[in-house]
Amino acid sequence: MVDRVSPVHAMRIVDRRSDPPGRGAVNRERFVRRFKDEIKRAADDEFRRRSITDVGKGGRISIPGRGLQEPFLHHDEDSGSRDFVLPGNREYLPGDTIARPPGGGRGGPEGDEPGEGESRDSFAFVLSREEFLALFFDDLELPNLERTHFGDVTLERLRRAGYSRSGAPQSLAPAMTVRMSIARRIALRGAIAERIEELERALETADPPARAALHAEIDRLRRRRDALPFIEDVDRRYRAHTPMPSPATRAAMLCLMDVSGSMDERKKDLAKRFFTLLYLFLERKYGQVDVVFIRHTETAEEVDERTFFHDTLSGGTLVHPALELAHKVIQERYIGDTWNVYVAQASDGDCGADDGARSAAYVNDVLLPRLRYFAYVDIPHVNGLFNRPSDLWQSYGAIASPAFARRQVHGRGDIWPVFRQLFARKEAA
Amino acid sequence: MTRPKDTSGAATAAPERPWPKLLAKPSLPLPAPAPRAAEPIARGSEWTAAALERFDAALARHARRLGLSTFPIQYELITAEQMIDLISTVGMPVHYPHWSFGKHLVAQERTYRKGLSGLAYEIVINTNPSLVYLMETNTLALQVLVMAHAAYGHNAFFKNNYLFQQFTQPDSILDYLKFARDYVMQCEQTYGWREVEKILDCCHTLAPYGVDRYRKPGRLSARRERERQAERLRFAERHYNPDLAHLDSRRDDAASQAQAFEPQENILYFIEKHAPRLAPWQRELVRIVRKVSQYFYPQRLTKVANEGAATFWHYTLLHELYDAGEVDDGFMLEWLSNHTDVVTQPPFDSKSYRGLNPYALGFAIYRDIRRICEVPTDEDRAWFPEIAGRSWPEAIHFAMANFKDESLIEQYLSPKVMRDLRLFVLHDGPEDRDHYRVLAIHNEQGYLRLRQALAAQYRAEAHVPQIEVARAGDDTERALLLHHRVLDGRLLDAEGVDAVLAHVKELWGFDVVLEEVDAAGSRLKVHRV
Repeated sequence: MVDRVSPVHAMRIVDRRSDPPGRGAVNRERFVRRFKDEIKRAADDEFRRRSITDVGKGGRISIPGRGLQEPFLHHDEDSGSRDFVLPGNREYLPGDTIARPPGGGRGGPEGDEPGEGESRDSFAFVLSREEFLALFFDDLELPNLERTHFGDVTLERLRRAGYSRSGAPQSLAPAMTVRMSIARRIALRGAIAERIEELERALETADPPARAALHAEIDRLRRRRDALPFIEDVDRRYRAHTPMPSPATRAAMLCLMDVSGSMDERKKDLAKRFFTLLYLFLERKYGQVDVVFIRHTETAEEVDERTFFHDTLSGGTLVHPALELAHKVIQERYIGDTWNVYVAQASDGDCGADDGARSAAYVNDVLLPRLRYFAYVDIPHVNGLFNRPSDLWQSYGAIASPAFARRQVHGRGDIWPVFRQLFARKEAA
Repeated sequence: MTRPKDTSGAATAAPERPWPKLLAKPSLPLPAPAPRAAEPIARGSEWTAAALERFDAALARHARRLGLSTFPIQYELITAEQMIDLISTVGMPVHYPHWSFGKHLVAQERTYRKGLSGLAYEIVINTNPSLVYLMETNTLALQVLVMAHAAYGHNAFFKNNYLFQQFTQPDSILDYLKFARDYVMQCEQTYGWREVEKILDCCHTLAPYGVDRYRKPGRLSARRERERQAERLRFAERHYNPDLAHLDSRRDDAASQAQAFEPQENILYFIEKHAPRLAPWQRELVRIVRKVSQYFYPQRLTKVANEGAATFWHYTLLHELYDAGEVDDGFMLEWLSNHTDVVTQPPFDSKSYRGLNPYALGFAIYRDIRRICEVPTDEDRAWFPEIAGRSWPEAIHFAMANFKDESLIEQYLSPKVMRDLRLFVLHDGPEDRDHYRVLAIHNEQGYLRLRQALAAQYRAEAHVPQIEVARAGDDTERALLLHHRVLDGRLLDAEGVDAVLAHVKELWGFDVVLEEVDAAGSRLKVHRV
């Protein structure tokens, strides 16, 4: 490793930019692991604050600063005496006094790590999308994210797939072709040069008649070398395309929720988690998903997400109007083959018997033919020993379509299994 | 004090341009611009490897002429992400994994993304060859600034300063850290990350007490370390029974041992050797933290001296480039703006005050050494007869080689620097907890007192309380007794003590007692876990 001191200056420079990332990730992971509880709590708050469509993104998070510092021994600033030096004296003379900040401040040359994004109270940093999702799913007792197949509609699409030696003229790739041509010419020129050198060496020892032949051969090679064609057929490269199955382009997700008084924060939180999970899956599948929020009591209306999750209304419950509104929305915006429409409904299941039957029939006859899937999650009351199935639950029991599913959710831990069941069913059917 | 050299003088001599209204016209005329010797080495702000190479050659030439001696340099071109990685592990390209590094990492990342702070654009560590990191997003001027600062300034300091020569082995540290990393990861595999993390956490709280402050540490060598470890393990497997071993050694000379116990300042060393309950691999972890801490010990003692020297040299070398016509005005203005950011010292009552800036203080001291050599005043002749009017490179090299922060300030802090920084000494004492009293300011009567106070402030004891092992494992109990040598009645912060002692107990395995003892030997306070 020791360099000689050479008279000619040579700079040693190593380009590390393409080195694989390493340590950073290792230490980061250890940090997240260590403060998992705190981070999860913060992520939970963050989740509650966020809109469904943003849950899948990473983001800033802040956790309590206590416990983050590795403890160390230091002086109690309120004991003993000390002299210390400060800069920037403009007015003070010996003997003057200056008001002392409580706790003595921190004089002296310490605190040389400013801007660490750290204060005593909180420590903020950015979680990546993966970390955030891992935390979000952590509660849901997720085994491993499996790719589920439900309601697949695929179209064939051509995708770029490297270069090929044959193709139509319009897909000729000039840059690649020239590159190949340069490579060919370098290779051939090298081979010829080698041969010429060989002959020239033979020339030195050859007798006169052979010399003439050698000269002729060398001349021929030289001419050949100078006349290497710029482009040959073998150089040509074409942009290749290959058909790839790609899922139907657009998806819409209609969230229906009962927001009458009986739907408390806990139920709404569960519903939100369910909607989010569905959204994440659809997003992964389709790339972009339209989300429509429909809330209902006795009447139904389309609202924005904030109102959907955070406003409570009072009143009785009628499911049917919500379904009608959903139908109307689909008719207006999501008609046609290119739309995959999903409906997710969450409710505590309160409804009149008459309304329940009507709704079930409506779902079966009107909605389902236009949908990819209809999922109903029932969030029953926690109190009450008898887990009597709710009214809506019973009514929906009459629907027998592979595109329809209903499940009961009692707590956070249920959401993932329910989700899996809901969307695994299709495969079984 | 840190005003950049006025570069406007370089503008071609136009016949008396009108002076800008907002600037006071200097009483002396500006010096006529010297003829530019050569074309600039490169123009514009984009850098290329070729341009960097030419700059490095130029810097090396000027450095050699001024007598700088350095380790060979290896530049490493890295991305911003990699820079964040490096900063999180105190600049070491390899290090054992630990969550605290991850914490630094996420904090850095956030401030960087938010644009709160630019990245520290130079980090350099004491290795041979010296690794200097060039971040790809830097402009040309910044790259050259970093090269001059780190590759020549810091590098020369590491090579020539007595503390680094005595205490560190720059040619084997990377090898050792690699060994440490592998060992820690292997332990995580074998014993589980929780166990490993627990030990490392405990050791980190004691890291400041893992150093021999006066004795030269043994050489670091990953190979020897591995052999020693294997040997120790073989031996332990055959013979070791901690409880019996403990009893055994006691039977021999229990009485004499208790009497003859010498206080130990290196607590981690003591724990590694004598903690009754640690498993061999846990002792190894203690040893690793101790060795790393020892390696960084000189760094902690030379913040002002080291940063000051590096800043002085980048300032000097880049001006040499300018005087030789190798860089143009735009280049100078660009790095000078960075330079002034670095050496700013906000006054104590400003919002941005974060303590004394070691760059500002160190730079001011070295700059003033040069000034004293070149244009000494009568005051300087009285204060610094040994350097006034002598050759400045010699004086600077001497100052870089033979001092740490404390002694550098004691020796070289000049009245002019005290005046420029407007330093003053405050006293905080039990007689009045609502006010500080001003003891001395930058005047004739105050200079000496100021200088002593500032030097004392950079003594290790001023910030790391002095703790030592006073007694351990006597007959009646296995408690570990620590002493805090109380200076000027300054006791320990109780909250910190509790947390740290809990960690010490984890390592020691039995009770730990910390007594705060004053110079007369009387106990002021006792903490116990």
